[in-house]
Amino acid sequence: MTDARPGYGSPSVSSIGVPMVEARRVQKSYGRLEVLKGIDMTVGRGEVLCLIGPSGSGKSTFLRCINHLEKIDGGELAVDGDLVGYRQGGDKLYELKDNEVCAKRAEIGMVFQRFNLFPHMSVLDNVTSGPVWVKKAPGGPSKDRARELLARVGLADKVANYPNQLSGGQQQRVAIARALAMDPKLMLFDEPTSALDPELVGDVLDVMRDLARDGMTMIVVTHEMGFAREVGDTVVFMDGGVVVEQGDPTEVLTNPQHERTKSFLAKVL
Amino acid sequence: MKIVPVRHPWRWAASGVIVVLVAMLVNTLVFSHVVRGGTREGRFQWGVVGHYLFATPILRGIVVTLELTVIAMAAGVTIGIILAVMRLSPSRLLSGSAWIYIWFFRGTPVLVQLFFWYVGISYLYQHLALGIPFGTAFFTLNSTTLITSFVAGALGLSLNEGAYMSEIVRAGIISVDEGQTEAAASLGMSKGLTLRKIVLPQAMRVIIPPTGNETISMLKTTSLVSTISVVELFQATQNISNTNYQVVPLLTVASLWYLFFTSVMTVGQFYIERHYARGSSRQLPPTPFQRLRMSMRHARPRPGPFRVEAPVAATYD
Repeated sequence: MTDARPGYGSPSVSSIGVPMVEARRVQKSYGRLEVLKGIDMTVGRGEVLCLIGPSGSGKSTFLRCINHLEKIDGGELAVDGDLVGYRQGGDKLYELKDNEVCAKRAEIGMVFQRFNLFPHMSVLDNVTSGPVWVKKAPGGPSKDRARELLARVGLADKVANYPNQLSGGQQQRVAIARALAMDPKLMLFDEPTSALDPELVGDVLDVMRDLARDGMTMIVVTHEMGFAREVGDTVVFMDGGVVVEQGDPTEVLTNPQHERTKSFLAKVL
Repeated sequence: MKIVPVRHPWRWAASGVIVVLVAMLVNTLVFSHVVRGGTREGRFQWGVVGHYLFATPILRGIVVTLELTVIAMAAGVTIGIILAVMRLSPSRLLSGSAWIYIWFFRGTPVLVQLFFWYVGISYLYQHLALGIPFGTAFFTLNSTTLITSFVAGALGLSLNEGAYMSEIVRAGIISVDEGQTEAAASLGMSKGLTLRKIVLPQAMRVIIPPTGNETISMLKTTSLVSTISVVELFQATQNISNTNYQVVPLLTVASLWYLFFTSVMTVGQFYIERHYARGSSRQLPPTPFQRLRMSMRHARPRPGPFRVEAPVAATYD
């Protein structure tokens, strides 16, 4: 999926053929516990990749590695052609400085299971915090843009509210708007609907579906198999720190090849 | 059928006891008299108290007390934030040195520290110089001219307060959910920006109440610098009673002023806490005025036993 759909991040000419995320033998350990045991994955531009698997399989850890929230211990991980955590200079790799890491993170949006909105700030300030503080964007236009984004996620009337006055589903949609305000080239979703009441899940998934339709590159860690089938371009099943199976959602979800995929799907579907 | 409410006889008995005690207190404070040295006078000599309450030396002492409180708390909070961040740093050297600072200043009495700054510094180092370590000095100062008793007092109180504040700030910082730091990081915020804009404002809810305590405590602790010959409020009252022997009325003067300022601070603390409660409680706690208005609303005739009314939605403006 390399066709750059319009609407998000105009890719530079040189990087147009490069996949958005490319992982080769990515390893990660916490002490002696090996969480990722050599992950290979490619996410094309505009692709929606759904990561599924039992808890503890390393899905979230992998997602966090892409955003520099975790450091990888082995292998290679590149976002938009640039290595995560390093800058190449001649034949050497230089570890990124704090401000360089921040600049990289600013290009990637992330949505968390527990929303993590800033509770001391209004909904509008939550959404403008990134553009105004990180990108030093002027306040007025940032607010207009934030209102626009909030309207898009169906929360135009909540701009002045504080996060704890909103339902979980509304908070998660604000979190999506907050991430979008940074004009990310890639959106990471870490179980965005797992902390929600069942009847609130739909609204959040609708927003994500719209986003996918507009051509956003997305990696979604999820337990929503319906969403994965409908919206995902690829489904990756992970277990025990390895990719067990990946491919077309309908294929993987209805006709899994691997025993472990079968037994997992039997439990969740 | 008639409903008989539960009686609370002990509540009535306790109220009776308290009424008697309050009556005794008012009597001894206002009405009682004693004979001292052949003259009959009011027990608490309110006339003398009133005479000195706004005397110029007392007011000058108050200025010094407030100056010391503000300086020590401002410096203490600053030092406290720096030490707290150091202690939470992954660098062992930074967290270790912060730990040693706290260990030293919490481990010695502030009175001893005050004397150390006042007499110790000029005894140990006759000259203080600013320059390259182990190299040239750009300029040198005589310790005794630099470290006046006021400077020694401010230094001692500030450095000691820094150690206590650092623990308060640290508690506040670690009370903020890790997800907040992660969300800020995912937006590309630097560590410093995250601390200033995301973590500290939320930590404030935990930091403010004990800091209010510390400020109130500091106002009173400044009286210790009277021992290193700073004329603050307490020393000012002492200076007067040393000449006119009206010891107790002047102690009353000091107490009244300390009480006045701690009361002002308590009110200030309430409003600061309320400010930082934004976003964490759905409904801000009512201010005293709002509470008064509410209680007046509730004082209207109550509904009878079987009349159930919807709870009055309190609206604050």
